[in-house]
Amino acid sequence: MSAALRTNLALVALSLAALFAALWLGPTPLATPFADDEATRTIIWDIRLPRALAAWLVGAALGLAGAALQGLLRNPLADAGVLGLSGFAALGAVIAFAFGFATFAPALAVLFALGASLVVVAMGWAARGPASLALIGVGLSSFAGGLIALALNLAPNPGALADLVNWTLGSVEARSYEHVALVGVLFLIGAGFIFAAARGLQALTLGEEAAAAIGANITRTRSLVVLGAAACTGGATAVAGIIGFVGIAAPHFVRAVAGHDPARLLLPSALAGGVMLVCADIAVRLLPTDTELKLGVAAALIGGPVFALIAARLASRGGDG
Amino acid sequence: MSALLELDKISVKLRATHALNGVSLRVQRGEIIALLGPNGAGKTTLMRAALGLIPAAGARALGGADPAKLTNRERALRVAYLPQRPQSIWPISVEALVALGRFAHGAAPDRLGAEDQEAVDAAIEACGLNTLRARGMDEISGGEKARAHLARALAQHAPLLMLDEPSAGLDPAQALAVAEILRAHAAKNGAVVFSTHDIGLAASVARRVVLMHEGRVLTEGEPEKALTRDALEAAYGRPGRLERIGESYVALFR
Repeated sequence: MSAALRTNLALVALSLAALFAALWLGPTPLATPFADDEATRTIIWDIRLPRALAAWLVGAALGLAGAALQGLLRNPLADAGVLGLSGFAALGAVIAFAFGFATFAPALAVLFALGASLVVVAMGWAARGPASLALIGVGLSSFAGGLIALALNLAPNPGALADLVNWTLGSVEARSYEHVALVGVLFLIGAGFIFAAARGLQALTLGEEAAAAIGANITRTRSLVVLGAAACTGGATAVAGIIGFVGIAAPHFVRAVAGHDPARLLLPSALAGGVMLVCADIAVRLLPTDTELKLGVAAALIGGPVFALIAARLASRGGDG
Repeated sequence: MSALLELDKISVKLRATHALNGVSLRVQRGEIIALLGPNGAGKTTLMRAALGLIPAAGARALGGADPAKLTNRERALRVAYLPQRPQSIWPISVEALVALGRFAHGAAPDRLGAEDQEAVDAAIEACGLNTLRARGMDEISGGEKARAHLARALAQHAPLLMLDEPSAGLDPAQALAVAEILRAHAAKNGAVVFSTHDIGLAASVARRVVLMHEGRVLTEGEPEKALTRDALEAAYGRPGRLERIGESYVALFR
């Protein structure tokens, strides 16, 4: 059995284990998740399962988008959150919510994520190193943040403000099967685009010109990843708000076991992203805080240091040259 | 038989200056051609124009077709290009890197057909990388990296090899090993165009050298005829001469 297959099987097993744990563990203790009474059934099937599935799909979408963006931009610091895609997706959703056409929130999230990823890829292509790309992302993210504030400011219904601000912090609390279906469909569409770009990502290991010289169609690869990352990020953000760092951390951890081939990283990065977010969500639910800690906040608390670690390692290797 | 590469009065303008000014070159099967000249003479630009990677005025034909109109895949089946300072951004294994040479044949490092595997194995063998094939590209020396990238180009099985300074940074033994690989490719009815600053190596390996200066061809032909004292001084700005020692050459400047 190849190392790649072993990694994928292990991550599928971990995903199932994490999902099972998410059904069992929570603020309301259950003696057994299989008890056949009304209350248990409601907790398991109507509350915990959709929430756990949403967490897994959001994590998988962000992990996959991160791995694909890293391959395209040849940069281990690339991630939908860091690069501002999540921020713009959230901006799209906020505009929809705040101005009373909530039905279109997912569509606007995808569209705005698409716009941001076009900008990032166009600018990132010319960026000289990992850090300069991250800087472009910082700029875009704060711009998105400013525009979200502006949208909230202008929102005709100030009563919804607290909800919206809360939502941008990132959470899968009280999500329904409709949310699961939404992020699931967009994840599958995004995955379709991204897996079609897998071979092109491998070629880009040689750099842009050499990749073209071995026969890769760079424009096609770039377009597929831009579309795929936008669908994944748009879907994840429309359902869960802004959740950062999963897209950086998942491929980073997977590289240690599955190697550096950017095509072989895609599937395990998605699986690892799912596992990470389900586990983070379990932790959030079990923490004895008065108000539940937001998943996006928890992801940032764990992911921020990982990001700093990777950046420091790159800098010490002279990777920004 | 038609030429693998035909360039007729090619000119390339980069910003305001002529990076190439009316350069013609014809490459037949079995030939090894060395591009010589100081930094900035236009060697790399000539290769990139021949590949159709940059726009150029004049007529170009790569295996009988305009390279600017070929898809990347069609081009890759005609010519294998090794850029100066080739990169492996992710530290994949040597074997995976060489396998990328099979891209135009529809393969991927994790999806090699029997023919692809054979080509990869042969290229690894030819470049003396057998013991290193499972090593990561970040775990081998500079010379080994250069050979891995050369093996990648060989695995592509294109009739024309276009190599930008394939011996840069190699010790003399490794440079000679590269020379052997180029000869073997030409002997198998292929052709090689390579650039180098090692004039001795160029004269020893190539039957024809092209000495460039400021985007033009100064002299062209057999090494001893093309690399005269005058030509070398005109190109490099210092008096120099080509010395023959047995089967090899060295260039001496003062």
